[in-house]
Amino acid sequence: MRRTPLVGGLIAGLALTLVACGSSSTTKTTTTTGTLAGRGPITFATGKDLSGNMQHQVDVWNAAHPSEKVTITELPADADGQRQQMIQNATTKSDAYTILNLDVVWTSEFAAHQWLAQLPQSQFDLSGFLKPTISTGQYRGKLYAIPSASDGGLLYYRKDLMDKAGITTPPATWAEMFADCDKLKKLPEAATAGCYAGQLDKYEGLTVNASEAINGAGGVVVDDSGKPNVNTPAAKAGLDVLVQAVQKGYIPKAALTYKEEDGRLAFQAGKLLFHRQWPYQYSLANKTDGSSKVAGKFAVAPLPGLSGPGASTLGGHDLAISAFAKNKATAADFIKYFTGEATQRANLIATSQAPTIASLYDDPALVKQFPYLTALKASILNAKSRPLVVQYGDVTAAIQEAAYAAIAGTKTTDQALTDLQTKLSALIK
Amino acid sequence: MRALSVSRRTLPYVGIGAVVFFCLVPFYWMAVSAFRRPSDQFANTLLPSPWSLKNLTSVFSSTNGFGRALLNSLVVAGTTTVLTLIIGTFTAYALARLDFRFKNALLAIIIATSMFPGISQLVPLLKLFTDIGWINTYQAMILPSLGFCLPLTVWNLSVFFRQLPFELEQAAMVDGCTRGQAFRKIIIPLAAPGVFTTAIIAFIAAWNEFIIALSMVNKKEMQTATVTIAKFTGQYGFDQPFGTQMAAGIIVTIPLVIMVLIFQRRIISGLTAGGVK
Amino acid sequence: MTTLTTESPAGASAPAGRRHRDVQGTGRLAVLLLSPTFLVLGLVVGYPVLAGFRESLYTTGQSLDANGFVVQGSQFVGLDNYTAIFHGDRATAFWNAFFNTTFFTVVTVTLETLIGVGMALIMHHAFRGRAVVRASILVPWALPTAISGLLWRWIFQADGVANAILHHQVLWTADGNQSKVAVIIAETWKTSPFIGLLVLAGLQMIPQEVYEAAKVDGASPWQQFVRITLPLVKPTLLVAVLFRLLDVLRMFDLPFVLIGAHKDSVQTLTMLAWNEATNLRYGSAAAYATVLFLYIALVAYLFVKLLGADIIGQARQHKSRKAAA
Repeated sequence: MRRTPLVGGLIAGLALTLVACGSSSTTKTTTTTGTLAGRGPITFATGKDLSGNMQHQVDVWNAAHPSEKVTITELPADADGQRQQMIQNATTKSDAYTILNLDVVWTSEFAAHQWLAQLPQSQFDLSGFLKPTISTGQYRGKLYAIPSASDGGLLYYRKDLMDKAGITTPPATWAEMFADCDKLKKLPEAATAGCYAGQLDKYEGLTVNASEAINGAGGVVVDDSGKPNVNTPAAKAGLDVLVQAVQKGYIPKAALTYKEEDGRLAFQAGKLLFHRQWPYQYSLANKTDGSSKVAGKFAVAPLPGLSGPGASTLGGHDLAISAFAKNKATAADFIKYFTGEATQRANLIATSQAPTIASLYDDPALVKQFPYLTALKASILNAKSRPLVVQYGDVTAAIQEAAYAAIAGTKTTDQALTDLQTKLSALIK
Repeated sequence: MRALSVSRRTLPYVGIGAVVFFCLVPFYWMAVSAFRRPSDQFANTLLPSPWSLKNLTSVFSSTNGFGRALLNSLVVAGTTTVLTLIIGTFTAYALARLDFRFKNALLAIIIATSMFPGISQLVPLLKLFTDIGWINTYQAMILPSLGFCLPLTVWNLSVFFRQLPFELEQAAMVDGCTRGQAFRKIIIPLAAPGVFTTAIIAFIAAWNEFIIALSMVNKKEMQTATVTIAKFTGQYGFDQPFGTQMAAGIIVTIPLVIMVLIFQRRIISGLTAGGVK
Repeated sequence: MTTLTTESPAGASAPAGRRHRDVQGTGRLAVLLLSPTFLVLGLVVGYPVLAGFRESLYTTGQSLDANGFVVQGSQFVGLDNYTAIFHGDRATAFWNAFFNTTFFTVVTVTLETLIGVGMALIMHHAFRGRAVVRASILVPWALPTAISGLLWRWIFQADGVANAILHHQVLWTADGNQSKVAVIIAETWKTSPFIGLLVLAGLQMIPQEVYEAAKVDGASPWQQFVRITLPLVKPTLLVAVLFRLLDVLRMFDLPFVLIGAHKDSVQTLTMLAWNEATNLRYGSAAAYATVLFLYIALVAYLFVKLLGADIIGQARQHKSRKAAA
């Protein structure tokens, strides 16, 4: 999910080195509970304003609330850079950012450090939201952030070739998918294509893909009580699917360097028959300006699992209020506006970002415009969160380490998962 | 004999060719990428097909504020360079030409400040500048850049100053020049190539500084160009606007190079004209 | 800092005794001329670095209270952050990064020096088209690091132009030795011009008469280079190389953008420190930064000791020359 960072933004991590240098004189942050007070101008710290739609929506708000104007504060485009700036802002207790646009995996960390104002559950009606998204805004049962965008993985497949090979339904399991692939490969136009790829480079995408393989086999990385439990036969069977697919060549070697965009380009060039990807690829691969060779030739399905449909890893963003900000009441109102149905509908149309409001997925007009919405809703409803832990950075690094060692063949799946269990047990207490 | 002279005449050009090739081939790739359509930004053809100005125009699209950012970069890098040169020249002169105690210790301390991972300075400075209300100001970007540029400037200049024969300066002082006059009229012109190169290096370092500028400023109007480039977004969530960033890279680099070339001729000829003779 | 200062008394005390009054006068002038630099460096570098060293003796926010909140305040832990670097998994990672850092430094600085000096000599001798060469040499160095990192990343990607030229799919950005090669190529490209520019400046400051005298003596071009050019340009070259050493030893951005975090084959010491900081273990990150500083200081000290008489020693030579006269 995190994309290639721009250099310096990341370096910034190191800058944190001294963050706590004055911290012996501990400033006790007052735990904000319940009321969000103060009205007036606020800022909205966010990374991406896709298609300028965010600015447009802010303009609409500002026109209606002249004394409570919202200003967008742009952060770097890469996720690490955004997290970095927000953490710097929090450690200097600056009130420069009011609303924070958080990646779903950051909420726990920010909440545990008391950098976020707690949100009163009574003020926010989340009944219309897709269930799995809600937990990404919670920490220890309390609400800290409202899901503003979601994301789930889809299996993109070459419908044209499937039709030609006489296969009528997309594969639901890995075994079916590889069997279908063997059939497709007999077609002359698919002879040189690779079977399958996801995001297998050693970065956040690998955590997503490896977790999906494990979850799809009935295994877990972290169980419902929050304890790591990854050294199980089910988890092993799941990860083994990827490992063996690499060994047998179903996953081309080059796919071990793929992030989202590398995979998309391969799929669009017709070099992949099946591809695990986010919904954003749908409209790009359907472009008819010559950039995609597969326009109109593919369809999407839920991700495959071991013995039935698989489970996607949940992506997306949450909106939270900085604990150090002024005018929190205005911020709360803006969050309600920004995550409301009307705004999310407009946002979907403008940016094709996955909404968090369930009803939008069933809206006939929208489904007509975005045919993948039905599959996406199924994907998100069935999706599993990545571990909602304070030390997420260490946890995801450990998962990447183990998964990469297994698929690159430097460790057996057994060994990799045993090591991972040991590491996670030390990290999550 | 003839073969030898031919090879001696052509050899330098082969060398020039090699250097230019080495430096410009990756840059060529950058330029080609900048002129592709965003949708085929990863194509491997030697020339863009079809050509497109979309990347260049989106660099300057009004929401980016890139023009203003270039101006900010110019102010920050220009001021940093001038200050670095002034301060650095004094210090380097003292270290190169005066006799005093602990000279080597001071040189050691100066260079030691270049031995820490640069960014570890960031957060304390951010706290400091927040406290004194320097957030969103030029000086909050200039001062740290100055700190990063000074060690190299001082070391470089002191080497250049030291290389010049002491006799010249002494002769001038015998002729009635003060130490300052001797320095200004003799040393600086003779060291001009060194001073100028040092200035280029300082300017480029300040021009490309990113992390301080990113952290000290949260207003768009005060952003420098490198920060603006990092905030370029594509049309969709996972899009890295590679072509646009390459186009921006060209736009921030080429004027720099041209400017250096112009100044180089002017400044060096100006200095040497007023020099020793 | 202390590592480099040990030799100072030898250099400074002798003249101090001999020409006491003069030294006092110039001493005052020296203080005046030096203080702005030290003021800036003290504020911008000194203060944060000292704060960092203090930080490395503390640990902060590493435990949760009953409500799941991070316990505030920092705790003095002595040298624990340092000893932790050399234990268990961390030690393996440290020595791997130590090796990578050293390897990158030796290889890239050697290549950059050779290429850079070559560039400088060519530019110095080129007459026609000199401006073009100069402009092109500036390009890699002037390009923002972020942009050049990205550029090389796309050149080296699996379907990128590098593989298209090689007609062979090398997975440059995957973990492994080929990724080291990618980093070295990109780094050498970017920074050779730095050495080239500085050495060129050094060359331009060599008086033409020296060469003419040598020609009269019948020295061959190679002899001129070895006997005249090289010794005269050596101080400049050594300073350029020294600063390259300091930079490469702190290398971070390039492997990070080009290859990625957490990949053992290109993990450098600064990346380890970054990893600690990004996971909010500030004390530990500061400890890594301090260890790296000590290593760099050692390298710089040895470099100056072994090769660098010309860098800081010339003032001394000059003085002894004068004393002899």
